[in-house]
This record gives sequence, structure tokens and C-alpha cells, in this order.
Amino acid sequence: MTINSHSFPAVEFKSSTFSVPVLSIASNDLILIQQLLDEKIKLAPEFFKHSPVVVDLGEVNKKQLALDFEDLATVIRKTGLFTIGIRNSNEAQQAQAISLGIPVNTAPTSDVRVENRKPKPITAPADDEFVGSDSTTVTITKPIRSGQRIYSFGDLIVLAQVGAGAEILAEGNIHVYGTLRGRALAGVQGNTEARIFCSDLQAELISIAGNYKISDDIHGAIANTPVQIYLQKNTLVVKPII
Amino acid sequence: MARIIVVTSGKGGVGKTTTSAAISMGLAKKGHKTVVIDFDVGLRNLDLIMGCERRVVYDIINVINGEATLNQALIKDKNCNLLSILPASQTRNKDALTLEGVEKILEELSKDFKYIVCDSPAGIETGAHLAMYFADDAFVVTNPEVSSVRDSDRMLGLLSSKSRRAERGEEPIKEYLLLSRYSPTRVKSGEMLSLDDVQDILSLHLLGVIPESKSVLTSSNAGTPVILDEKSDAGQAYSDIVARYLGETRPHRFIDEKSGFFRKLFGGK
Repeated sequence: MTINSHSFPAVEFKSSTFSVPVLSIASNDLILIQQLLDEKIKLAPEFFKHSPVVVDLGEVNKKQLALDFEDLATVIRKTGLFTIGIRNSNEAQQAQAISLGIPVNTAPTSDVRVENRKPKPITAPADDEFVGSDSTTVTITKPIRSGQRIYSFGDLIVLAQVGAGAEILAEGNIHVYGTLRGRALAGVQGNTEARIFCSDLQAELISIAGNYKISDDIHGAIANTPVQIYLQKNTLVVKPII
Repeated sequence: MARIIVVTSGKGGVGKTTTSAAISMGLAKKGHKTVVIDFDVGLRNLDLIMGCERRVVYDIINVINGEATLNQALIKDKNCNLLSILPASQTRNKDALTLEGVEKILEELSKDFKYIVCDSPAGIETGAHLAMYFADDAFVVTNPEVSSVRDSDRMLGLLSSKSRRAERGEEPIKEYLLLSRYSPTRVKSGEMLSLDDVQDILSLHLLGVIPESKSVLTSSNAGTPVILDEKSDAGQAYSDIVARYLGETRPHRFIDEKSGFFRKLFGGK
């Protein structure tokens, strides 16, 4: 069997996800840490043998305890574990880690979200927006002006117009009881069941779970009519609300 | 306590400085002690419109840097002794303005004056931000033209999120619309956005429509605020605006060809 060399490049980057134990450090007492690690490893020596770990320094840094990462790395190495990254570290610790050849902040934070296959234009909220608490509905009563961004972890209800150049994002549904002129992105974390409702659709862009349409593709006979937008077989459907 | 008014727009050339000069003069003429501050550091213009450019010795940056006292920098208007002008510096740039410096100046002025009018520079950077940050009321000057309307919309967003009132969670800044350079004839022929078109996007409290008028340019060049030209339509429009702001009820004019603009021009009333 011949192998076509073109389809097998010598070097190729591939994205892959691994499950790696995180070792959370809450003390700067290295002797105590070593003792506790030895005890843990004794319980399952085979499991921990040469196991990679990511060291989380969040707790110890939160307590503002001084910790020399180089010393800690030596202690961890002695137990047979390999430190393959650190997170929640301060600048000094990061510098030490990098000089030891250990990547910094390699693991994502605890709430790993299910990655959506579709490209997501924006997911992370910036700090100057209205952001609702977890999975609640955000209700906005004032007009959303050009340049403003509103993010809701749940549904988003706007009881006013959304100006051109404004951007509203929700992990759930979006309701706009006014003219929608800006961008509206529903189901930004991949919820394909999310819908957008508005009383007058003049949007620059609408998107559900990463599937989007720009104004050129939307406008037409539907202006000035209340419409809903939903996803059907990966295509956005814009229909008047009857 | 003084009331701080910011005259803002986002876009340049829409009539912020003309408006600042006119309304500060109008407020002073109504008997309120008023000061108008030029925040356009580096592009000092207000002193020209107010006709006091030859009397500028110290400016707002000198005051912020402690090189002059506020009283040294304030210029008394030649037409109305209740009005003072705090000019901008022409040799510096906007970064010379500091939040603490501006706060201190406004605090000091608040003791003496009833109204503080802040003439904002165009844009949304430092100068514009500091001009609106401490405001109680915002006069949003908009031209009946799409880019001006959008920039005003953007400015309104900043007013509701990046001001001291917003950051402290106090009652939001009161926003007013001043539609300037309005020409009912051109609106009728479809060349210009109508008041309704603008309000459809901005939905603001309308303080007044200022018609496109030759008198604005004439007054600017002469260094007298257009509001002092009582015969001109623009001057009358600004008088109405000041009166409405102070709580008087005056019917809107200059919106329609028939009922306002032409009758005014040809001596209707």
C-alpha cells in the first residue's frame, strides 16, 4: 500500500483535549505539602506514577502567603509527579515557572464550557456591560445605544430600541420590544434552540448559535412587522409572529 | 449647588461651540450666574466665538497645574457681567486634562456659579470624557444627517455608562436633543433627515430645533454669540431652547416650512 506523502505532512498541529489532575496548593509550608503528597500517593502509587499535574496556586495566593515556586516544583518532582503547568499564579511565580520550562495558565478555569462547533463571534463579556448573574433573565428598559454591549447568561429582554452599532448577546433567547437596528446574537454558547424576537427587524446582524445573517440578507418585506428568528437545519429562518 | 451642563455630540462640526456660547449667554441674560468652559484643549475656539480671544492670559491647564488661580483664568464676558469664560489651552493637548484637576475646578466653580456649561471637544477620548464625566445635564447637538445621529447615539451610550452619576448609581444624566443646522426645505426634498427620522433613532427629549442660518457664521466671525442676534432665526431658536430648559413652555418652531421657517424669514410674526 502506497502512502501519498502530500496527505501526511511531517509536522501538523492538532487540537486535542486532555484530562489532567489539578493540584491545588493552599499552604506555603513545603514540608507539610511534601508529607501530604506522599500520603496521597501511597494510596494509589501506580495511578500517580509519572502523572502530569497542573498546579493551582489560587488558594495560596488568595491567602497572600509567600511561596517560592521553584522550591515547590522541586518538592512536587520528588514525589514523582510532573508539573506541566501552573495557573492562578502571580507574576513572580510565572517568571519562575517559565524559567523552569513550565507553561503558565495552561488549563482553562474550572467551568469548562462545551465547545460549539460553529464559529462564535463573541463569547466573553467585557467589563463595561450589563451582565446578568448566572442563567437569569436580564431586562433592559432604556434604549441600547450605539457602541454598547449587553451580555446575558440567560435570556435578554429589551423594552426599547437597540441602536445601530450596539450589540446584544445572550446565551438564551433575545426579545426586543422595539426596533432592532444593532447586532443581536442569541445562543452564543451554542444553544441552537435559542430564538430572537423583535417588533421591527432592521438589524445589522442576527445570529443564533454562531449561524448568522447580515442585513443585506435579512431586509425585505418583513420590515415593520414583529418577527421571530430561529434555527432550522443550520439555517436562520425569519418569520412573522402570527 | 451649580448645575453642570455638557454640550456634546461625538461628531465634530455640528455646532457644539456655537451652542455652548449661545446657551451660556442665554442663561446669563436670564439672570443666572454662568460660566462656560472650553474643554477642547489644543483646538481652542470658544474664546473666538465669545469674542474674548485677546483677553486670554491663563487657561484651564494653567489652573490644573497650579500655575494660576481660577479667578486669574476666568474672563468676564463683555456683553453680560453674569457670564464668565474659562478658556482652553492652545499649546497643550487633551492629556494635560486630569480627572482630579477637572473635579477640583468644577467644585470651586460650583460655589460661585449657578450653571456651568462644558463645551466638549469632538470624539470620545479624554477631553470629551472629562467634559461629560461630572455632568448633570447633557445637551446632545445633532445634525440631521446619519453619521451625526449615530455618533450622538454612541455618545448617549457613554453618558449613561461612563459618567460619575452612572458610576455612583445616582439618577442618570438628563439628556436633551438639540437638532442643529435644520433646513425644512431640504427635509421636504428628501436631502436631509427629518426630526421624526432623528427621533426614531435617538428618542430623546427635544429641547429645540436650530435652523440652518447665515447668522451663525456671521456671529461667529464677529465674536458674538448668535443668541444676541435677536432678529435671526438661529438666535431665536437658542432663546427658546434656554427658556425651555429653564422650564418655560414654548411651542417648537423652525420644524416645518410653513409654520416656522419662511414666516420667520419674511416677517411673519
